[in-house]
Amino acid sequence: MKTSLIALAALFVALAGSAAQADPPFDPKDPKMAPYISGDKRSGYTFAEPETRAMQDDEFLNPASLWVEKGEALWTKPDGKANRSCSSCHGKAEDNMKGVGSVYPKYDIHAGTVINLEQRINMCREKHMAATPWKYESEPLLAMTTFVKMQSRGMPVQVQIDGPAVSYFENGRRFYYERRGMNDLACKHCHEDNWGNHVRTELLSQGMTNGFPTYRLKWQKLGSLHRRLAGCNEEIRAEPYPLGSREYVDLELYLAWRAQGLQVETPSVRK
Amino acid sequence: MGTSLPRAVLALALTVAVVGAADAAQRKKPADPSIWEPTRRAPLTEVKGDPVRGRVIVIKKGSCLTCHVMPIPEEADHGDIGPPLATVGSRYTPAELRMRVVDPKVLNPDTIMPSFYKSTLNRVAKGLEGTTFLEAQEVEDVVAYLSTLK
Ligand code: HEC
Ligand code: HEC
Ligand code: HEC
Repeated sequence: MKTSLIALAALFVALAGSAAQADPPFDPKDPKMAPYISGDKRSGYTFAEPETRAMQDDEFLNPASLWVEKGEALWTKPDGKANRSCSSCHGKAEDNMKGVGSVYPKYDIHAGTVINLEQRINMCREKHMAATPWKYESEPLLAMTTFVKMQSRGMPVQVQIDGPAVSYFENGRRFYYERRGMNDLACKHCHEDNWGNHVRTELLSQGMTNGFPTYRLKWQKLGSLHRRLAGCNEEIRAEPYPLGSREYVDLELYLAWRAQGLQVETPSVRK
Repeated sequence: MGTSLPRAVLALALTVAVVGAADAAQRKKPADPSIWEPTRRAPLTEVKGDPVRGRVIVIKKGSCLTCHVMPIPEEADHGDIGPPLATVGSRYTPAELRMRVVDPKVLNPDTIMPSFYKSTLNRVAKGLEGTTFLEAQEVEDVVAYLSTLK
């Protein structure tokens, strides 16, 4: 009897603790949420505050639009010794980049390895434009990646993980389940075992990648997935890897597979 | 690794905790046999733990509120990843509490809770390699504080 009373009291404390933190509303049957769900998978959008969602939804409010515009301008701007622009070869992005961003990272025969969209863009700059590759996380690379990825908006993430991609995928999976850092945590402890729970006030999402590059209010700017990964490593006091590193590209492939079926939302807005 | 810890296990751990019986046998993976070694449970230092200092460490350096609801009303936003600790001192002896703070993975290899006194961790940030989350005396202070939660 006494034990169950204690149990009840403890439970009450637990409930009170979580009730104090009002989560953003989410109803899986709400038709407005349907584009952000695929089976058990939920985009970070469904965990975001209504104001943040509204910001993402409205082209004029979405602060990432600035980068989209920059990307669009760069698309037709000749550069490099070859004096070519992306459009010289690829024509209209709206037509010819549709469905490209949703299948990256991808094994590339010329590179002989799995590369992400940023690296593919830089390959074109080096090989086809004789231009210097853009630095990772630089404004032009962020803008172009966002602009290209955006052409796949509404299309499901669909990466290849078999054939030549297998070993990269397995590396990424291993990374996801490996503990690291002073806090001794793997990605899965937060985003697989505990989504829907709170680390202090912060509601944990499933850590989906379908909205990247993303505008983060905390950053006050647009950022790449790799920047976010480095952040998730640093937060648990693990040594991050360089942006664009083999480790993060492999992890990106695994994460894209986790998000398989969710629609590309680029550019998303997150806290 | 590679096997996913079902949320049910976490729920179970919570239930077990709430009911007040920490029966390791009920857990999915077998516990590390070294939990029965007396050295696992012995105080880490000669100096008796100070519960007042322990309370401060729990809030700040230990960041226990990230995951636990605790009777610390002046701090807002307690997390709900782990079970509430309001009565934990009545359910465990200091030795049992120490074991849970030092290295909870001996009881549940898949737990999200950090090991607070373990120096052999993977890819720790530069400058922190070989160190522990808490120092030995800090662990003793935290255990002393947890023991007061009855
Ligand atoms: C001289 C012509 C040329 C220029 C200029 C060029 N590309 Fe490419 N691009 C190609 C070729 C050729 C391919 C490879 C197609 C293949 O391998 O299937 C390609 C492939 C790509 C792909 C991958 C397509 C896919 O289906 O996987 C992307 C993305 C891309 N280019 C973006 C760009 C961007 C952005 C620019 C401007 C910064 C650019 N390219 C400039 C010729 C060019
Ligand atoms: C201590 C818990 C924790 C760990 C461990 C962790 N993250 Fe996160 N992660 C967060 C928090 C908190 C956020 C922001 C809120 C949210 O979306 O969950 C976040 C956000 C993300 C996002 C952005 C989601 C979106 O919708 O924009 C991705 C992607 C992500 N994490 C991937 C990872 C990966 C990959 C790992 C392993 C390298 C990892 N995280 C490890 C806590 C964690
Ligand atoms: C990242 C989240 C996390 C952090 C941080 C954390 N814990 Fe835990 N803790 C848990 C979880 C989850 C459990 C449930 C048992 C398990 O997972 O094996 C737990 C269990 C416990 C238990 C056993 C409770 C019971 O009723 O069985 C004690 C005691 C405890 N934690 C103390 C602490 C202390 C003290 C700190 C800070 C120094 C701390 N924890 C930090 C997640 C955490």
